[in-house]
Amino acid sequence: MDKRLEPIVKDIQEKFSATFDEFRDEVHVMVAPEQIVDVLTLLRDEHKFELLSALTASDYFPQVAPRFHVIYQLSSLEKNITLQIRVPVNGSSPKVPTVTRVYKVANWRERELFDMFGIECEGHPDPRRILMPEDTEGHPLRKDFPLGYEEPQFTFNFDEIDLRKPYAKE
Amino acid sequence: MSQIEEVNVDQFKHLVSERALTGETMLLNMGPQHPSTHGVLRLLLELDGEIVVNCIPDIGFLHTGIEKNMEAKTYQKAEVMTDRLDYMNTMGNNLSYIMAVEKLVDLDVPPRAQALRVILVELQRIASHLVWLGTSGLDLGAMSMFLYCFREREQILDIFELVSGQRMMTTYIRPGGVWRDVPVEFEKAVRDFIKIFPKRIDEYESLLTKNPLFVDRMVDIGYLSKETALSYGVTGPVLRASGVNWDLRKARPYMGYEQYDFNVPTRTEGDTYARYVVRIDELRESLKIVEQALNKLPMGLVHSQNRKFVPPPRSEIGTSMEALIHHFKLWTEGFPAPKNSVYSAIESPRGELGMYLEGDGGPKPHRIHLRTPSFDNLGVIPEIVKGHLVADLVAILASIDIVLGDIDR
Amino acid sequence: MGVEQKLGNMGVVTTSLEGMVNWSRTNAMWPMLFGLACCAIEMMSAQASDYDMSRFGMELMRASPRQSDLMIVAGRVSKKMGPVLRRLYDQMPEPKWVIAMGDCASCGGVFNNYAIYQGVDEVVPVDVYVAGCPPRPEALIHGVLTVYEKVKGETFKQYAEKYK
Repeated sequence: MDKRLEPIVKDIQEKFSATFDEFRDEVHVMVAPEQIVDVLTLLRDEHKFELLSALTASDYFPQVAPRFHVIYQLSSLEKNITLQIRVPVNGSSPKVPTVTRVYKVANWRERELFDMFGIECEGHPDPRRILMPEDTEGHPLRKDFPLGYEEPQFTFNFDEIDLRKPYAKE
Repeated sequence: MSQIEEVNVDQFKHLVSERALTGETMLLNMGPQHPSTHGVLRLLLELDGEIVVNCIPDIGFLHTGIEKNMEAKTYQKAEVMTDRLDYMNTMGNNLSYIMAVEKLVDLDVPPRAQALRVILVELQRIASHLVWLGTSGLDLGAMSMFLYCFREREQILDIFELVSGQRMMTTYIRPGGVWRDVPVEFEKAVRDFIKIFPKRIDEYESLLTKNPLFVDRMVDIGYLSKETALSYGVTGPVLRASGVNWDLRKARPYMGYEQYDFNVPTRTEGDTYARYVVRIDELRESLKIVEQALNKLPMGLVHSQNRKFVPPPRSEIGTSMEALIHHFKLWTEGFPAPKNSVYSAIESPRGELGMYLEGDGGPKPHRIHLRTPSFDNLGVIPEIVKGHLVADLVAILASIDIVLGDIDR
Repeated sequence: MGVEQKLGNMGVVTTSLEGMVNWSRTNAMWPMLFGLACCAIEMMSAQASDYDMSRFGMELMRASPRQSDLMIVAGRVSKKMGPVLRRLYDQMPEPKWVIAMGDCASCGGVFNNYAIYQGVDEVVPVDVYVAGCPPRPEALIHGVLTVYEKVKGETFKQYAEKYK
């Protein structure tokens, strides 16, 4: 692990009983959902992580507890280090507290999180869908959401598919 | 097909001021079909006369499902999707994705391939800034800029066509190196460009930089402070125009950027004009990097010799059984990656372009997240347009340099 | 005024009314400035200095659908954009033509997924498909010239039946 990261990870471990693992010089810290706001506030204020680079999730369907990991990728400009915080979330009615008060960028990223994974961010100021139309059913990036593949037309099956293709009228 | 909903104030109650509810201010729809939103962005504006009180961006009109589609393909096949992500920066997208893959499977890249990548990515940065300069000139009434900038951009696209066979969607950078070595004409083509381009930048500057019509519409418009920018996750030239010297090429050098001597243009004004100046200076710096990389371009292989990830050359397949097996396995099954995750980022023309890549032990990615710079850069728009005229909003949007493909993914 | 003089110089031209109308339509076609994705950049290239589409009477891109008679769908059409595209098409005055530029607009291209229409012909009727990802500016110009060929072959009878 990077020398500059060691005291930071130790600090989080002491205060929040978090675990961590390491892969290719990247440190991933696991914390519980209810602690995430405090962890990010601590990191921003005391350890100079000014930038929330990415906020996303990963779906481990059909595993249920935890089904999702919400991922917060942080960067510190002053110390030039990065840190990843992962929050495990259960599959039935997934929820995390919003971090918009810590990083404003989280506003849109959390809307995307809800839109794509159906993970609700409690206390979010503007909980609407962001990318998909409002009347969409389901959350596309979940593993149990179908890709929506349509059969392509080739010479041998052109006519067969052409019959059921929804061509537009004038 | 779903229907278009009429705009209703109640729907946006929490985002507009109270005056909108009484009808004192007006809600105006700008886009998704509007020439100055640079694509299919919809802005819902709350206007008091001609002054913007609130701005509510509505994105997703170009949502392509790239992340989901990439998860359904092998690592090699998923690369073609990255080209179409931010279509001004195709080489950069390839590089960012391939760097994530290389980090995940721990693959080496020979020095010649690294230098070629740097040259092409920097040329792409110039091409991207040229499109920005041309279109933002067009937005502000400088029609001729568009014609000049696209003239030079064609020259760069010709270089891309020379090396990859395609003008825009090159997919030239591959895991472990590049597709194949550049042809002999490459060096002359790049040298020609290096020779003429500095004069052309001067030409652009003589048209715009001190032009009062242009300057008056840019100076003190859309001020973005350092703290707001960082809190909103703004990166790239927009952040550097607000006085933060943060460039991933300097901060966390990749692909041997540490060997090249270049400056990171930074301004402290934080307004639209500062962003313009930063990008113009970046054109010169990128050209400096291209020239140095071309002078130092080492000889040797252009892909890694690790046959588990890089297909063998054609000549080997006829004589070596192993090469044939590797070739077959790579193109039918793909290569497996460990069950873990990496995050790798590069400095794209718009900011930090990061890829979060997670493997599941098989040949397809479990999860790939594209951290695209325009998404966060656009998020700051509602904050900085407040109190400006609608005409200034056009200038601000142009200076942020958004690409909708980058935002909606 | 000058007309008689000119006619005198050039002599009399005889043609059918259909031919005359179609000829004038092809030489002043106003495409709609409707860029969606990657292809829009190639559409801009086709307008810019190197390829210069105005050689074919198309230098005027209109941002408003009400002033245009050719829609170039340049890029992928998402499920959210589909209704907007249809409304824009409905707003265009008759007669109108549509070019599906690029693979995504023609058939979905590489994006065979939940978010993208598998061809814009599911939303609006298409006259000419231009292949390529993205098509080169020459290909787009060829597509436009193909539309011209189509327009030149149209008769009033067809219009009468179409807009009955």
